[in-house]
Amino acid sequence: MNRRLSLFNVTSLVLGFAFLYLPILLLVVYSFNGSRLVTVWGGFSTQWYAALFRNQALMEAAWVTLRIAFLSAGMATVLGTLAALALTRYGRFPGRTLFTGMVYAPMVMPEVITGLSLLLFFVAVDLDRGFWTITLAHTTLTMCFVTVVVQSRLMTFDRSLEEAAMDLGAPPLRTFFAVTLPLIAPSIVAGFLLAFTLSLDDLVIASFNTGPGATTLPIKIYSQVRLGLSPEINAASTILIGLVTLGVISATLISKRSVLRSRRNV
Amino acid sequence: MKERTFTKRLSAALVPAVPYLWLGVFFLVPFLIVLKISLSDTAIAQPPYKPVFEWSDIAAFFSALDLENFELLVEDDLYFRATLSSVRIAALSTVLLLLVGFPIAYGMARAPERHRSLLVALVILPFWTSFLIRIYAWIAILKPEGLLTQGLMSLGAISEPIEILNTEWAVYIGIVYAYLPFMVLPLYATLEKMDDTLLEAALDLGSTPWRSFWTITVPLAMPGIIAGSLLCFIPAVGEFVIPDLLGGSETLMIGRQLWSEFFSNRDWPLASAVAILLLIVLVAPIVIYRDVEARRVETRP
Repeated sequence: MNRRLSLFNVTSLVLGFAFLYLPILLLVVYSFNGSRLVTVWGGFSTQWYAALFRNQALMEAAWVTLRIAFLSAGMATVLGTLAALALTRYGRFPGRTLFTGMVYAPMVMPEVITGLSLLLFFVAVDLDRGFWTITLAHTTLTMCFVTVVVQSRLMTFDRSLEEAAMDLGAPPLRTFFAVTLPLIAPSIVAGFLLAFTLSLDDLVIASFNTGPGATTLPIKIYSQVRLGLSPEINAASTILIGLVTLGVISATLISKRSVLRSRRNV
Repeated sequence: MKERTFTKRLSAALVPAVPYLWLGVFFLVPFLIVLKISLSDTAIAQPPYKPVFEWSDIAAFFSALDLENFELLVEDDLYFRATLSSVRIAALSTVLLLLVGFPIAYGMARAPERHRSLLVALVILPFWTSFLIRIYAWIAILKPEGLLTQGLMSLGAISEPIEILNTEWAVYIGIVYAYLPFMVLPLYATLEKMDDTLLEAALDLGSTPWRSFWTITVPLAMPGIIAGSLLCFIPAVGEFVIPDLLGGSETLMIGRQLWSEFFSNRDWPLASAVAILLLIVLVAPIVIYRDVEARRVETRP
């Protein structure tokens, strides 16, 4: 089948990607601005990066955010994988409709509702707000995304491999660890990374559930942005964008290599 | 042996039970609490509401329930207007997203196969970078003396700075920009699977490209159109960050109202009532979305 790109297709792709990337590009360029004014170019300078690393509060917030993201993504990965297994391998168990509802709803639910309801819950059970309440809240939100990612992989893979292992006498748990887990591992890693970035990025749910000593980077950035633009935020953003881009590129390369290797082995 | 089957069964039952319980405790129960608190009185205390629920006293529970917060929501037309304007902004944004997203998804689906995974990765990449940062980037662009004005002035297209920041237009731009991957990806997923021979057959039979687009491409892309639209519309109705940073004080949206009742006015019961109102507006779209999504995942080959 010979698909041809028309001029219209090319134009819409070029304009579309320009729209997606130009704002980010401008943000990065202006982080190297010599002037304090964010929109007036004052020559190349890296002074805002230096200022950034001297900013103790911002650094502390980054550390808190990373710890929360790591913990909550880890828990979300375990819970999400279990939920995906339940949805694909358990058929019609009692309460399945409610379960799918609880998995899909948090992904589209406006964050203000999720944030507020979790906060009221934590107050009701008398849990001090702070690091742990944010972690629990993020786990709940992000496990749903992990579920969907892992579920779509479980849907597509070859069940006969599992059946072969069982026929050869492997008990279910052993089959899971020896056959199923390695096969779905890339989707679990993808789910973890997705959960990690979502947690890293969240402002609204963290704002509702934060407490003393648990200021995350988005909360810090938001409060600075409300006061006005600052080149320091541009510098911080550029570092984050750089890290994420590196992470995504290396994840793509790793998964491509593992695909190639598994193809070679077959 | 018997014991072994018992532990086996127990471990098998744990797989659905653990995530089920987790979501029950951290997703379902919190909703019931929101409902409960929306029916209680404000108190100047920590936490700032009077509890209406004592497990021991059911009768007192019912007598203490009061609809005051909801009466306030009905009386003060601010909330009504905020809800309407949120739905309007989200609906118009969804239409704009379809108009912007469809040509991109279509172009991606028609690109040579070896380039497609790269194009998909390029659509997803901005989504991995912080939402807050991407919205922040637009402030510098849309400011009155910002980069858009500078660019257009140097091209000679305008002579006066244009006012976009702090208007509803900035909110539309922000939503379209931030949600674009959510619209493009489901559209691309359906368009990519489309059989081109159908279009060729239509053209051979004398149909115009415009007509075959509406009678073939659009109906076949419908699952993607519905999924993408819901995926954008539902969160957009309750959006807080975009109207707060780009919309200025004039833009009325319900998510923002909830935020200010909670953080500025510290009226938790009223904030809960606003959350319930928002939920009522969204319950139908969310149920449809769950069905569409569950069907889409489960019928995948």
